[in-house]
Amino acid sequence: MEKFQWQIAQVKAITQETPRVKTFTLQLPQWIPHVTGQHYDLRLTAEDGYQAERSYSIASPPEQTGEIDLTVELIDDGEVSSYLHEGISVGDPLEVRGPIGGYFVWKDNMANIPLLLIAGGSGVVPLMAMLRHRAKIGAKNPTVLLFSVRTAEETIYHQELRQLADQDAQFTLLLTYTRQPPPEWSGYQRRIDRPMLTDVLKSFTSQPISFVCGPTLLVEQVANTLVDLDIPTDKIRTERFGPTGA
Amino acid sequence: MASFFNKGFGRKRESASSERIPPGQYETHDFPVLTAGPTPRIPLTSWTFVIDGLVKTPMQWTWEQFNALPQTSFMNDIHCVTKWSKLDTHWTGVSIDTLLEHINPSPEARYVMAHSYGDYTTNIPLDDLRNGKAFIGLNFEGKPLAPEHGGPARLVVPHLYFWKSAKWIKGLRFMETDKPGFWEQGGYSMYGDPWKEQRYRTDD
Repeated sequence: MEKFQWQIAQVKAITQETPRVKTFTLQLPQWIPHVTGQHYDLRLTAEDGYQAERSYSIASPPEQTGEIDLTVELIDDGEVSSYLHEGISVGDPLEVRGPIGGYFVWKDNMANIPLLLIAGGSGVVPLMAMLRHRAKIGAKNPTVLLFSVRTAEETIYHQELRQLADQDAQFTLLLTYTRQPPPEWSGYQRRIDRPMLTDVLKSFTSQPISFVCGPTLLVEQVANTLVDLDIPTDKIRTERFGPTGA
Repeated sequence: MASFFNKGFGRKRESASSERIPPGQYETHDFPVLTAGPTPRIPLTSWTFVIDGLVKTPMQWTWEQFNALPQTSFMNDIHCVTKWSKLDTHWTGVSIDTLLEHINPSPEARYVMAHSYGDYTTNIPLDDLRNGKAFIGLNFEGKPLAPEHGGPARLVVPHLYFWKSAKWIKGLRFMETDKPGFWEQGGYSMYGDPWKEQRYRTDD
């Protein structure tokens, strides 16, 4: 059993991914290799002892030793994300513990199985760790990322995803823009729906394992539709965040 | 003063209910959903609820029979291990005490494994289900419990982290010794007391 001990990491770099999303590269005194899809808990402490904790998915692959990347979206009224975005600079200490999580993970024994990754917004973060790790180990399994974003400007890891797709014939990047597609866009421009998932599943010659991460409503709809399309429930792993909208 | 603190960080929301929020938690007015896989579909015509294991009278109820049991209203605060807490949630459902009257647990029964549609499991000490502490929730905020929140029926054990409140409940198995359920096998706490912040096994 891994020990989930709190440790004080140091912020090594901060990358602005989109106007509302930053990646914090943390150097850890006790770094443990993670499985992609896992998260860290992050705890902020005020001078009077008040504490607030949140969980953030790891974006980096385990090949990036000694440090982790946590990609954090600024949430309106979010006391942790707003402090991270506005109050943290390179060199600052941050208290974290992890890696945590044992189900929403892409294990190395899955490297030969076709992989379908589906993300909405910042739900792409744990899937990015999987894609980065997959590239590092040179896996050749057919892989698709279906990524629902509002606009090109709000697309996290846009450049890197395109490069990965250009370099790897087995990896397909499918973006769908729900608000404003870029000029001359000929791809999807609607919310993920049944015809879209039907198309994507047709591109696989054998049944993929699916990881779906994003806002609750998107995950509910995608997971339900995959079940309708005869994907067994044990091949669909989900991680939901945010309100239900209900 | 804390030995380690984040410069310039302070409590953003001061609320009258702060003392009802366990350490490391924050209050939300939404009702977030956490599930490892797709939401199972459970037709009410084939729904059953089974109590077995170390009991003198194992029982099985259909949806109709279960709904005919005496129901009670509950108001509770709930605390999810992913850090959110939701105060003053209103439920109606069947108290576990009511179910215990039917099945007579054997004296050696000390733990319960909750089983769900979709093969989720979670373990709870029997004493934590008794004396008004837990119920099978059928209605939430005046409406039938929605599928993504565990409907048609969910175990609710509000004083423990909410993963112990198994969604899509289909039965309780009484046991002599404690065994880890789904998340517990993955390193989460065997007990899950939010006030002691027992999130992971190493916090027990």
